[in-house]
Amino acid sequence: MTETSQIDRLDDGLVSESLCRATLDVFGTMLGVDAVAGDRFKEKVPPHPSHGVVSLIGMAGSWVGTGGMSCSAELACKLSGRFLMAEYESVNDEVLDAMGELTNMVIGNFKNEIEQHVGALGLSIPTVIFGRNFVARSATENDWIAVPFDCEGETLTVKVCLSPRANRPVVRGHAPPPFMVE
Amino acid sequence: MPLDVLIVDDSAAIRKILQRVLAQTDVPINRVLEAGDGKEALELLRTEKVSLVLSDINMPNMDGLQFLTEVRANEEWKNLPVLMITTEGSQAKVMEAAQLGATGYVRKPFTAEQIKEKLASIRY
Repeated sequence: MTETSQIDRLDDGLVSESLCRATLDVFGTMLGVDAVAGDRFKEKVPPHPSHGVVSLIGMAGSWVGTGGMSCSAELACKLSGRFLMAEYESVNDEVLDAMGELTNMVIGNFKNEIEQHVGALGLSIPTVIFGRNFVARSATENDWIAVPFDCEGETLTVKVCLSPRANRPVVRGHAPPPFMVE
Repeated sequence: MPLDVLIVDDSAAIRKILQRVLAQTDVPINRVLEAGDGKEALELLRTEKVSLVLSDINMPNMDGLQFLTEVRANEEWKNLPVLMITTEGSQAKVMEAAQLGATGYVRKPFTAEQIKEKLASIRY
């Protein structure tokens, strides 16, 4: 147990900046795409039906949560095409696998940064969903912090919902002050 | 002598990308085998000749660190070069992989140059 696990909340700016760095690094290095980050926003899991490609990865440790990316089917095909140097006209297994791996890299690199503040986190295997008019539900009461990226003329959203695990052990002593909360 | 390479990653996309990078290196390659997790990789090692392994860490069934532990526990494979290529970038994971006997560590996202450099530094 590290002292960092005593933090109760993460600063939204810290989260969104880490998401931006991770996304731009992965997209620049693996895809050669210059994505442009927009303004971060907070949301609950959207109550209205969604469509397109959504990929999700769980994080667990002293803190728990989920990170993921969402975009249109067309953008998923474009990004996967750049990743694998191929052309995709529709979403298939290769596109879903590529989107899962890109999400793994983005959320994995976000995790590597945020671990300095919340302690070690494990990552789940990515889950990728493609469909129309699906509705997502989440048991968490917490907001998702989302960052939209302008990418190849479309919008890709990267988001994270992370909070302290309930019933985590309490360590007494020199806990650092909690992070600034907006 | 041309190398027989085993790529271990649950992502077919990454296996495809690494195949492409291998084809661009100066290291002579005889053939490339693929496995989707550590368990499948161990089965391939038992039946196929392999001279280099490129392995992810986060995988289903058997992860890369468990796979590495199994490899190093086997007298026949204890000197087999195993390069970890993974999103896991914490110092703790890098140290753990080194202690378990990883030959090298490359963080995702990677460039082809980074992989080529690592491969060039390995003694086969």
